[in-house]
Amino acid sequence: MVGKLLPAASPALSHVATSGAHGEDSPYFAGWRAYDDDPYDAVSNPSGVIQMGLAENQVSFDLLEGFLREHPEAAGWGGAAAGSGVASFRDNALFQDYHGLKTFRKAMASFMEKIRGGKARFDPDRIVLTAGATAANELLTFILANPGDALLIPTPYYPGFDRDLRWRTGVNIVPVHCHSANGFQVTVAALEDAYEEAAAAGMRAAGVLLTNPSNPLGTTMKRSVLEDVLDFVVRKNIHLISDEIYSGSVFAAPDLVSVAELVESRPDVADRVHIVYSLSKDLGLPGFRVGVVYSYNDAVVTTARRMSSFTLVSSQTQKTLAAMLSDDAFAEEYIRTNRERLRMRHDHMVAGLARAGVPCLQGNAGLFVWMDMRRLLLGGGGEATVADELRLWDLMLHEVKLNISPGSSCHCSEPGWFRVCFANMSLDTLDVALARMGRFMDRWNKATTPQKEH
Amino acid sequence: MKKGDITRRPSSPSRSGRDGSKERPQRRPDGGMRIVVPLQGVVQGRGGLVLGSLIPCALFYFLQLYIKRNRPPPTPGSPSSAAASSSASTPAGAISTTIQRTLSRGVLSPRGLPALSARGAVARAGDDDSLYYAGLRRCADDPYHPSSNPSGVIQLGLAENHLSLDLVRRWMEEHAGPALTPGGDDEARELTIRGLATYQPYHGILALKMALAEFMRKIMQESVSFDPSQMVITSGATSAMEILSFCVADPGNAFLVPSPYYPGWDRDIKWRTGIELIPVPCRSTDNFNISITALEIAYNQAKKRGVRVRGVLISNPSNPTGSFVPKQTLRDLLQFATEKNIHLISDEVFAGSTFGSDEFVSVAEVVDELEDLDRGRVHIIYGVSKDLSLAGFRVGVIYSYNESIVAAAAKIARFSSVSTPTQHLLVAMLSDQKFISSYLKINRERLQKAYRLLVDALKQVGIECFKSSGGFYCWADMSKFIRSYSEKGERKLWDRLLEEAKLNVTPGSSCHCIEPGWFRCCFTTLSEQDIPVVVERLRRITDGHKSNR
Repeated sequence: MVGKLLPAASPALSHVATSGAHGEDSPYFAGWRAYDDDPYDAVSNPSGVIQMGLAENQVSFDLLEGFLREHPEAAGWGGAAAGSGVASFRDNALFQDYHGLKTFRKAMASFMEKIRGGKARFDPDRIVLTAGATAANELLTFILANPGDALLIPTPYYPGFDRDLRWRTGVNIVPVHCHSANGFQVTVAALEDAYEEAAAAGMRAAGVLLTNPSNPLGTTMKRSVLEDVLDFVVRKNIHLISDEIYSGSVFAAPDLVSVAELVESRPDVADRVHIVYSLSKDLGLPGFRVGVVYSYNDAVVTTARRMSSFTLVSSQTQKTLAAMLSDDAFAEEYIRTNRERLRMRHDHMVAGLARAGVPCLQGNAGLFVWMDMRRLLLGGGGEATVADELRLWDLMLHEVKLNISPGSSCHCSEPGWFRVCFANMSLDTLDVALARMGRFMDRWNKATTPQKEH
Repeated sequence: MKKGDITRRPSSPSRSGRDGSKERPQRRPDGGMRIVVPLQGVVQGRGGLVLGSLIPCALFYFLQLYIKRNRPPPTPGSPSSAAASSSASTPAGAISTTIQRTLSRGVLSPRGLPALSARGAVARAGDDDSLYYAGLRRCADDPYHPSSNPSGVIQLGLAENHLSLDLVRRWMEEHAGPALTPGGDDEARELTIRGLATYQPYHGILALKMALAEFMRKIMQESVSFDPSQMVITSGATSAMEILSFCVADPGNAFLVPSPYYPGWDRDIKWRTGIELIPVPCRSTDNFNISITALEIAYNQAKKRGVRVRGVLISNPSNPTGSFVPKQTLRDLLQFATEKNIHLISDEVFAGSTFGSDEFVSVAEVVDELEDLDRGRVHIIYGVSKDLSLAGFRVGVIYSYNESIVAAAAKIARFSSVSTPTQHLLVAMLSDQKFISSYLKINRERLQKAYRLLVDALKQVGIECFKSSGGFYCWADMSKFIRSYSEKGERKLWDRLLEEAKLNVTPGSSCHCIEPGWFRCCFTTLSEQDIPVVVERLRRITDGHKSNR
């Protein structure tokens, strides 16, 4: 007999369970729901919603499939290798050591080095594995900040941070406001302002969290800006978390300057620098749930390792990916090809949007563009507001049938910007989306062009 | 977004004093001149004899106080050197390691290094103190092997099931590769990279929930069925327990936990949630049965202390005793939980590893029975690490009768999710009915056999074991071999067992057993050949030991 679920009148749930900090009431997630209800399909639902709010990389699946096809032992249990079967199986089935498989950590370190063109070195023993970058970010927050502390995060930032960094940890986020006037780059003044704001609110700033390359901007940080941030964290004696989850998706100049590069030339900052990585974006394997905490601080590594007990990666996944990533030829070819394809997609998207009369922030990385629709918000007289932006977003979702992410859900200080993903669909679907955009802009232009001839 | 619009988390209850981190006082810009100037006066003899001696003493005292309060936070020096030493192995990593070590002396930054959080610091201290973890480490450093390291430490403290690995391995070898290699046809489409790699619901794919629901039904003698929609899949039972705890209690709240209990809970549950675990002792004279009276007393004591009890936590089959919780006790527990309006959490990870003649009854059976009960307070923790010997897969289950908890846990599962390919592999295995039935049957037989072997071996040297019906442990009474009947005496014996007999067993004190002398010994990592070795090792302690009782 299946148990009936009675309404939970009692007993009470915890604050964590009942708080809205999971953030799923924001437009970012509402759009996903609209997509789930009416998903686009070229054949069966050509007028459905096209998902452009999910930063997933689907452009290089064939490379991964090719590898697995040619190396079936990676996915299987290697029974072929004489004598290795039993021991290796036992290791795999039972292995739940929070150190993680050495071969996998080595492969990961080498992959991270390749992505940075060898400009920084990574020690496999500083790698702590977690089930995805979501877990890695939360883990670091637990370790570096107390409940009530604050993390300073430049805006616009990934909407998921509001949930991932605050929910169970009890830590707050104080935005570091960035503006389009300088391409949304972080300034020291903005950092200082945020620090003051936190202090005024009675919060101890525990650290700065950067995403480099940036989500949602799709840009890499300038070396000088990174240096400024490092100087700032040293001055304030706080931590720096650099979420470099898109580091392998830099497809145009300038090259990525990873904080790892700077640490090697600045010994004074090492103990406060921690890097987050994952294979979800660069390798397009979010389903595998593989994240990394890389810290230059021994205490953090030790603690993170133990805390990773709550978020371990299955041994079988580690084994499969170790085989893939330690194949140097494959890894290099993948990185190169993936970048090339992303660049083509990006350029195609930007060109399509330009034809429709929609400019974008000049980007060189990531799986999305930061689209400028501010022009469409003006005309009502006065400054554009978040409400205006959400109205436009709603229009895009329900009439144009494109799920794009509004800048306000990324805490952008200027209404009118939207993040639009280009790598989570086929080229054909992208063209359909661009066509819809084009038509929408045509209609808009016609409707808003002042009637001159009378 | 306006300035000042901080995304602040809903305020959590103040935890001053609990986290031990001190507020750093305002930095003095004067460099301490306020101390130097008066000292000059004293040195120049203007203070008189009494004042001349009192004042420097007082100033010295305050100087010490000043230094103490402004001391930089604990730097990652010695405690982490063990961890750091492993990172010194690769030359490529040498740069960062060397830099790290120099820094850790706090030379460069006048204010020291940025601190870790209270939760970051607590963990390391806790682990260092616990014998449970100390023993595991010792064993990892010097593991026994019959031919290559015959004098190494024999591991009897870690619940891994080596007895039936061959069965699982054989299945994997035959089925795993094809299960995961991208196929061409539609049927295999789900198993292409696209199907495996893309984002899936964090709380587990439906196919796995269905397969696990069916598996759980099977191992519980098919007397109760489970609804996949009430299930949340997480990366191991460890995270399942933590996530559930986050959902049912707030920091500072407590669970009542009949003891002896699984040592891992002390870290797994308390660490990040801030929930307290209150042991409620069970006695050998009572066959370590759960006493509702004792729970009642513990509940009231907690209330007096101002601690809010949110739930009762049990394991069934019990870790460490291996006994089943009787059906009537389950009913009584539900009654107790209802009266106090609290939760009941049942960790049933060993439900499929039963042997002997007694019948296992899951709390699910009792919930099912009682129609008018508010089922929303009952939750079950499960996982495949024990019953299927697949600890490496990291698959745990939260099964709750409370839809709000299921919804909340499903969202939190994003922090502890399972690889999709692993989920698919497990679905394939669980769907192989023939394999599963055969595995369960053979595994049970082997468990029974291995249990008997160890129990008889212990008997040979005069150690009696509590009667277990499930799980991987013998709960052994070694009290007659401890010199002083106290926790200290037990610890001494544990030390001797580890250092002299080279056996890692879990002392009852780690399990919060109030009767000294009980030890938890795992029998599933032993082969038949190891048994005589264990007996011989034990004799180093038991022979020539004058009984003290």
